[in-house]
Amino acid sequence: MASWIAACGVNDVDPEDVIPFSHDGVDYAIYRSPDDEYYATDGHCTHEKTLLCDGLVMGRVIECPKHNGRFDYVSGKALGAPVLEDVRTYPVTVADGTVFIEVG
Amino acid sequence: MNKERLERYSLTGPENQAAVAAGLATGDWFRSAVPRKRMKELMRRSDYPAIRDTVIWLGLMGLFAGLGIAFWGSWRAVPFFLAYGLLYGSTSDSRWHEAGHGTAFRTRWIDQGLYQLASFMIMRDPTTWRWSHTRHHTDTLILGRDPEIAVMRPARLARLLVNVVGLIDVPLAFALMFRHAAGRLTADEADYVPATERHKVYRTARIDLAIYAVTIGLAVGFRTWLPVVLIGGPRLYGALLLYFYSFTQHAGMGENVLDYRLNTRTVKMCRLNRFLYWNMNYHVEHHMFPMVPYYRLPDLHEEVKHDLAPAYPSIWAAYKEIIPAVLRQLRDQEYYVRRELPPGAAPYYQPAAVNDGRALPLAVPSAALWLRGSRPAG
Repeated sequence: MASWIAACGVNDVDPEDVIPFSHDGVDYAIYRSPDDEYYATDGHCTHEKTLLCDGLVMGRVIECPKHNGRFDYVSGKALGAPVLEDVRTYPVTVADGTVFIEVG
Repeated sequence: MNKERLERYSLTGPENQAAVAAGLATGDWFRSAVPRKRMKELMRRSDYPAIRDTVIWLGLMGLFAGLGIAFWGSWRAVPFFLAYGLLYGSTSDSRWHEAGHGTAFRTRWIDQGLYQLASFMIMRDPTTWRWSHTRHHTDTLILGRDPEIAVMRPARLARLLVNVVGLIDVPLAFALMFRHAAGRLTADEADYVPATERHKVYRTARIDLAIYAVTIGLAVGFRTWLPVVLIGGPRLYGALLLYFYSFTQHAGMGENVLDYRLNTRTVKMCRLNRFLYWNMNYHVEHHMFPMVPYYRLPDLHEEVKHDLAPAYPSIWAAYKEIIPAVLRQLRDQEYYVRRELPPGAAPYYQPAAVNDGRALPLAVPSAALWLRGSRPAG
């Protein structure tokens, strides 16, 4: 059943950056875009399960640190080899300085 | 014995499954700790350095080709074509490499444009080699998994020597082009190129063959070698630096390890060589953090050098180690170069006995043995 989980404070993640978040043994990646919007995806690259939180955020793109595969973290779309499978995204909302993601 | 050892490098042999079973494939590798803030600075992309270097690179090729054409028919053309050939047939390797990682430029289309150009020059299919290199980074020098092990144990010396003028790579590249143009991959390629990507391989091969056909047609039609000397030929007569640089990366080092410090070298090079090689001499650093663009690798080296054995002070220093090591491996395939880490460095990461660098025989899964035609006893 879906539920909203507090993932981090709004200032825990820098603009144009990503941080890790774990809940119930599942890894997530929480993004802050250059225009201060927040997004969330699965924590691992769909190619070889590398943690995306160690990657590089450029605009609305996250680049995996292992093989430089790229995703649009807003839509989850894989942007070309070596990532061919989209990454799952999660709804995000911000309330009282806290970033919530909807999981489940 | 040697033949058996060399068979362990096949991606379609039992060693592949043995590496998976032993936890060597897609393993967790050691990386030095670099603060996230600093790593973000180092990973940051910029168009300027790579555009500058690419303009110089292409400009030099144009200049040398122009002078070679101007002196065509005279011995005075030779040095200009040699310079052109080295830039075309050797240094396209580092451009292929950096653009393949997508780190050279901030603007994606420029990066991919250079990748296509450099792939053509170095005679590598851009799709199969992208996946090959992806596997090389996942399973660096893991037997049966890494398709890019240049110097095996024992080294195939005759092949290595004749290949310094491309006599292995170029015929192989054309054989692959014909195979790909016919809509087929090799068994090894099928192991790492996903089915959804294969149509690109076939299309590129047909385009490349058409370009070479036109080149040869011009040479025959105008009764001159000039078109071949300019296109394709440099991959033969200009290949020397390609191997001269690339053997420094891993030759003689550990196999089946999970720590890049055991299987990779960092070699200090002069400014000219670093321009030609696009800083790939910082190879341990590159494998640890492939997100860092080539122009920030010297800075990354400063961040992690406390964890690394001292960088080789020169190419010469590296070869003083590589040549004896490779020769010794002809008779002792468990030998590898293992360097002392500086005091205070993180110890070598060896999570299991199989990770010590010798690449001792692995327990081969029974299914793999059966496939090889030698059923396990009992």
